[in-house]
Amino acid sequence: MPNGTIAAHEEHHGHHHPALQHHFQDLDQQHEAATLGMWLFLVTEVMFFGGLILAYTLYRIWYPTAWALGSEELNIYLGGFNTIVLIGSSLTMALAVRSAQTGAQRATVGWLLFTIALGLTFLVVKFFEYKEKFELHHVPGPNFQFEGPQSPHVQIFFSLYFALTGVHALHMIIGVGLMSTLTFMAYRKRFTPEWYTPVELGGLYWHFVDIVWIFLFPLLYLVDRSHHII
Amino acid sequence: MSGHISPKSTYITIFGALMVCTILTVIAAFINLGDLNFPVAITIAVFKATLVVLFFMHVKYGSKLTKLIVGVAFFFLGIMLSLTMADYLSRGWYTSARGSTSAGSIVNVTGPLTTGAQALEPAAQNTSPK
Amino acid sequence: METTVVESPVNYINHKHTVASWLLTYDHKRIGILYLIVVSTAFFLGGIFAALIRLELTTPAGDLLSADVYNRMFTMHGVTMVFFVLVPAVPAVLGNFAMPLMIGAKDVAFPKLNLMSWYIFTIGFLFTVTSMILGGVDTGWTFYTPYSSQGSESNVLITGIGVFITGFSSILTGLNFMVTIHRMRAPGMTWFRLPLFIWALYATSLVMVLGTPVIAITLLMLVFERGLHLGIFDPRLGGDPVLFQHLFWFYSHPAVYIMILPPMGVISEVIACFSRKNVFGYSFVAFSSLAIAVFGFLVWAHHLFVAGISPYSALIFSFLSFAVAIPSAVKTFNWTATLYKGAIWWKTPMMFVFGFLGLFLIGGLTGLFLASLGLDIHLTDTYFVVAHFHYIMVGGAIMGYFAGLHFWWPKMTGRMYNDTMGKMAALLIFVGFNLTFGPQFILGYLGMPRRYHVYPPEFQVLNVLSSAGASILAVGYVLPLFYFLYSLKFGEKAGANPWKATGLEWTTQSPPLAENFPATPIVTEGAYAYSKREMKVA
Repeated sequence: MPNGTIAAHEEHHGHHHPALQHHFQDLDQQHEAATLGMWLFLVTEVMFFGGLILAYTLYRIWYPTAWALGSEELNIYLGGFNTIVLIGSSLTMALAVRSAQTGAQRATVGWLLFTIALGLTFLVVKFFEYKEKFELHHVPGPNFQFEGPQSPHVQIFFSLYFALTGVHALHMIIGVGLMSTLTFMAYRKRFTPEWYTPVELGGLYWHFVDIVWIFLFPLLYLVDRSHHII
Repeated sequence: MSGHISPKSTYITIFGALMVCTILTVIAAFINLGDLNFPVAITIAVFKATLVVLFFMHVKYGSKLTKLIVGVAFFFLGIMLSLTMADYLSRGWYTSARGSTSAGSIVNVTGPLTTGAQALEPAAQNTSPK
Repeated sequence: METTVVESPVNYINHKHTVASWLLTYDHKRIGILYLIVVSTAFFLGGIFAALIRLELTTPAGDLLSADVYNRMFTMHGVTMVFFVLVPAVPAVLGNFAMPLMIGAKDVAFPKLNLMSWYIFTIGFLFTVTSMILGGVDTGWTFYTPYSSQGSESNVLITGIGVFITGFSSILTGLNFMVTIHRMRAPGMTWFRLPLFIWALYATSLVMVLGTPVIAITLLMLVFERGLHLGIFDPRLGGDPVLFQHLFWFYSHPAVYIMILPPMGVISEVIACFSRKNVFGYSFVAFSSLAIAVFGFLVWAHHLFVAGISPYSALIFSFLSFAVAIPSAVKTFNWTATLYKGAIWWKTPMMFVFGFLGLFLIGGLTGLFLASLGLDIHLTDTYFVVAHFHYIMVGGAIMGYFAGLHFWWPKMTGRMYNDTMGKMAALLIFVGFNLTFGPQFILGYLGMPRRYHVYPPEFQVLNVLSSAGASILAVGYVLPLFYFLYSLKFGEKAGANPWKATGLEWTTQSPPLAENFPATPIVTEGAYAYSKREMKVA
């Protein structure tokens, strides 16, 4: 006889939360599953960016001069400003999650909107940075121009700059999209202290994208500002 | 559903700490610490990331499984970086009497280039940082 | 005492009939069938490329295919088989179907994500097929730079993007499986009461989640370099093509464990059932799956031994490559010990298990030859390597997949296939396989390089043997298509548990209800309580 008694073990809830999906037993299990799923997704993101970080690490060790020269060309004010903006958006996101946890519906909408605004600010600044790079012919490819014998290596630096910040910006754009969806759901009063999982998951994603930038800022913008290499 | 609710003051404090660290890392970048500049920048970045993970992402109050997952992610990233760099950094340590098969240095390239890249002069040695 | 399984005439197949109900399904069982259709298509497509390769190689001269066309043949054979057959076959087909049933769950944790995985998989496959129609790729499935990024004029971008897209299917499936196994086990199903197939799927999912993103970013970098002229691997800028190899193999070596771990899990299930015995050393087998998953991430540079890596690094990777064989050996010994004093029941699934045991052994041991630095210098990029990985991938993984298909077919369809025909297929596959790939060990040892469409005349006899074997193998693989399809209409009704197996999936009807179980099962004993059962089976 197979594994133990098959009992009629259906739990009957008097009240079925509208967000409960049928294959879960209760909201707790569903929430735990969702959170675990998002964390595993973030693991994949760590490895995804990790490949680019590996390339960066190798070439920084091989070409310190080119790295210093390339980094110098990046606008530290815009980079620094963007860092503050993004960390600020992590704060507003954390406060949005907190508002959802405490059932403060209007505050949730407000903090989410603030987060979106900061995210968009970051992207706008990035756009202007890219525009400047394009005008200075620092975009790798047939039109790349850079003075001096380090030029080929500097082209690698800029290749990684665009790859890293480009993939990051793509994640930001997706993040803004996610936040917009969450804002709409919050506006429609979908979240309660009993169920606010999407906001929490959105928060995890957003913080991760912030963490990537926390590393990208010194790696790209602060290579040799004290001129100990060049 | 359960979930730790941090007070607003926690978030503000962490934000403040992150701002201080950002300013610190910029200042440190302008001070000539030689070979230490890079490790200092990375250390500050790791500290900032830790704050975000622990407090903004609630890992401090999360389950052991969550903490394990965060650890595992960075562990495997570390494996990828360290074992690959173990190869590159040990190139040129050993050369047999008949020569080396390791690609130890950057070679000069002659001939037509199609991406617009200019020919290299013998560039800096790659295996040990200056 | 037997519990009669209450059987309903309504099941997951017949409760809804429209095409839309299949293409928009959230049911893990239907999604498993959808994967079966695409994976089978890819298998036959990859097989056609293999047939063309073996046809060309019957003569030493390049008379059937030009060098350029031949390059495209082996590339598309590799891409199709690796990414669209071997990686998804057991996890996405059998895992999707059986895993929730085996842990007593109603579905996977994220059913909508599961459907999306299938669509992503199929779209990636269509990209690759499009590339084939446009002439394919000639870089080898390994896409080495700088040929793939600069030199090749073939459809690298489309294929690269296709594989990139499909990678996300793998990532999402792995994520889904891990969460399901963590959070949705039935009451009483503790970790150490889990069937070993579930341990194998869990370990596989770990690899999928950690490794696949790296090939994703690597292919993206290749696409950036080729399409947007970013210079990351370009030697003319000072880039290192070997960096591509490091990044590529960081995923692609663990990928081979994605390909072999689930079939190993299948072997555990089938060997227990058809020896009527608990798997010997259950916890050793369970932990060895995890060990393979973790160790598998530490050995990738054994694919770069002759690429110019440092000898010290080569030493480390050689040592680690020997170490990674140990958990596989643990499994093989435990399976053998399972057979001892068991009551062997000679049915088709067991035939595939025996095939697996012998062929995986040879494949695994020849891996050690290649892990040995001095030998590898001689054997690398020869047919020895080709034979080695085909013994594991085809002799191991595909055999395991077929064992699983033949084991769970009655559960999936409610029908029994003709067992004699099944055994015939297994025999043809075993004989054909050995004839195809056995001679290739010798060819490689004698120095015949891989990926060459011409060879010195003294190698012809072995090549002809190999091609002859391939034709037998082809018959063996086509046969199941006929008897499986035949069984759908005319096969004997299977009933809930035709194999008298343990496992929650056998306690419910065949085919199962859409929601799997009429009531949530409660687990009170370990996975393979066969000693408490009758030893005599039909």
